Amino acid sequence: MNKINSIRKDWSLIETLIEQDRKILDIGCGDGGLMEQLENNRNAITHGIELNRDLAANAIARGFNVVHGNAELDLSQYSNNSFDYVILSQTLQAMMKPKDILSELLRIGSKAIVSFPNFGHWKIRLQLLISGKMPVTESLPYTWYDTPNIHFFTIKDFLNLCNEMNIVIEKSIGLTSKGKQFDISESVTGVNFFTHEAIFLLSYKNFEPIKIKSSKKVFAKNSVIAN
Amino acid sequence: MKTKFTTDTKLESEIAYFENINLKLESGDIIDSFKLAFKTYGKLNADKTNAILVCHALTGDQYVAGNNPITGREGWWSRMVGPNKPIDTNKFFVICSNVLGGCAGSTGPKELLNGGNFPSITIKDMVKAQSLLIESLNIEKLFSVIGGSMGAMQALQWTIDFPDKILNIIHIAGALKHSAQNIAFHEVGRQAIMSDPIWKNGKYFENNEVPERGLSVARMIAHITYLSENAMHRKFGRKLQSRDIISFGFDADFQVESYLRYQGKSFVERFDANSYLYLTRAMDYFDHDETFRKNIEFSHNPNNHLKYLIVSFTSDWLFPTIESKIIVNQLNSLSREVSFLEIDTDKGHDSFLLEEPQLDDVIKGFLTNNFAKIDE
Repeated sequence: MNKINSIRKDWSLIETLIEQDRKILDIGCGDGGLMEQLENNRNAITHGIELNRDLAANAIARGFNVVHGNAELDLSQYSNNSFDYVILSQTLQAMMKPKDILSELLRIGSKAIVSFPNFGHWKIRLQLLISGKMPVTESLPYTWYDTPNIHFFTIKDFLNLCNEMNIVIEKSIGLTSKGKQFDISESVTGVNFFTHEAIFLLSYKNFEPIKIKSSKKVFAKNSVIAN
Repeated sequence: MKTKFTTDTKLESEIAYFENINLKLESGDIIDSFKLAFKTYGKLNADKTNAILVCHALTGDQYVAGNNPITGREGWWSRMVGPNKPIDTNKFFVICSNVLGGCAGSTGPKELLNGGNFPSITIKDMVKAQSLLIESLNIEKLFSVIGGSMGAMQALQWTIDFPDKILNIIHIAGALKHSAQNIAFHEVGRQAIMSDPIWKNGKYFENNEVPERGLSVARMIAHITYLSENAMHRKFGRKLQSRDIISFGFDADFQVESYLRYQGKSFVERFDANSYLYLTRAMDYFDHDETFRKNIEFSHNPNNHLKYLIVSFTSDWLFPTIESKIIVNQLNSLSREVSFLEIDTDKGHDSFLLEEPQLDDVIKGFLTNNFAKIDE
C-alpha cells in the first residue's frame, strides 16, 4: 500500500510517535483522516469517536470503526488498557473537564498522545496585550462568544497539570507558526513563547503494584480460579 | 442434511423443505419438518464470499426487492436492495427468507402442524432455521447479516449463535431487549385480535374467516408506534378528511384517522392474525440485556473478527437511541470493532424503511469498504 502523506503537520508528527501494528483510539477523529494515515503507514488497528454526526457518518461510510458520540460521556465505557495509544488531537481545549479526560486517556490507553494550540504563543500574548481583546489566530480562529474552545491553556499550564497528575511526558514536540519542529524538553528558554502547537506523548509513572499481605489468606478459596 | 428446493410460482419464491430434521425450539418443543420461503437477488461469486442475509421486521417478508405478488407492490426495501442500490446486487448475493412462524410461505401457525397448536417461536429459533437454509445453500460464511427492528434482533442473535458463520452485521433501530413499553403495545395488539369473536381461539381459518377487526386495530396501534409525533403532525396535522367541517360523529373526520384505518384494512389483506400473535411474542421474549456481553465475551465460537454497524434514529421512541448505545458501550468495553451512528430524522422507528440518505451512505460505505478488505 502507498504511504499517505499527512494533510496536517501534527498528524505526521503523531505518526512518528507510533510503532507498527498498534491499537489506537482517536478521539475527535473527524472523517477518519488520521485513522486512515495510521492504518496505511503503521498498519494500525484504529477506532474513533466523533461528536459531529456528518463527520462520523463519513468516517463510517469510509469503512472506519467510528462511534458517533461524546467523548466526555462515552469514554467511561472503554476498558482499562484496551488500547496502545489514545489520541486527542486539537480537542483538549474544547473539553468541559480536560483533567478528567486526561486521566481517562491514560486509563484506556497505555500511552496517550495529546496535541493542542499553545495559548502562550507570542502572537497571542501580543494580540491580547496590544488590542486588549481575546486573540483570534489561525489555530484559534473563533471569536470568544462562539468558540468551541472553552479552556485556554499554555504549555506551562499543561506541564504543571501533568506534574500534578503524575503523568510522565515521554516526548514533546513543538511547532512554530512557520511549521519548524523542535523538541520542547531540550529547549530551555522561550519554549512557551515560540511554540504554536504542541504534541505530547504521555504515560503514567511506573509504580510498583501494591502487594496485599494477608495472614488470614482470605483469597485462598479463589486460588483455583486465579491459577 | 438433505434439503429439497422447489419454486412456488404463485408466491414467486423459492421454498426450502427441511424434512425429518427435528428442529428443537427454545421452548423445548420440536418441529420435525418445516419449510422456509425465500428470495435471492444477485449472484453468488465463485468463492462464495459475497452473500448477505437480510432479515425482515415483524410484518415483513422475503420480498425485499422486486415485485411482491401478495401485495402487488414493490418489495419492502427495494429502495435499499438492488443493482447500484446501497446493498448492491451487482456486487452482493442477497438472501431474504420469510421467518419461521411467518405467513408468506414459511412454516407458521397458518398451517397448524398436524392440526395441533403451533409451538411458540423465538428470535433464536428463527435464526436457527435461517442458518439451516444458509447451510443448505452451501454458503459457509455470510459476509453480512442486516436487519431493522425485529430484523436487528435476528442480526444480533446471529452474532451470539453463529458468530463463526458471519463477518459483520448491520443492526438498525434495535435493542438488546424488548422493553416493557414495547411488550405493552404488543399486548394491546394481541388482545385486539383475541377479543375479536371471529378469532375463535385461533381456529378462524376453519370457516375461511379472518378476524379483520382485531387484526386491523392491532396494526393501527402498532403503526402509531412506528411514527413520531412530529412526523404525524407534519403529515396530517389536524387536517380533515374529505370534508370541510367536523361531523360531530365518529366517522374518520381527521386525515390521521382515515390513514390509520387504511393501514389497518390493507394489513388484513396481507397478514395472518395468528402469525401476528406468534411473531409479536417472539419479539417480547427477546432479551439479551444481561447476557449479551457474556455471550460475546465467553462464546465458544470465535467472534473477535466480527464488525458491527449499529444505527439508530433520533425520533425512534420504540427502539430509542439509548438502547443502541447500550449495545455499543458493551462492545466498546470488549474493544470490539463497532461503528455507531444516530441519524437525525423525525420519521420515527419506520425511518429505516424510508428515504434517509445518511442511512444509505453508511450502509453502502460500510459494505463496500469492508468487502474490499476481505477481497484484497
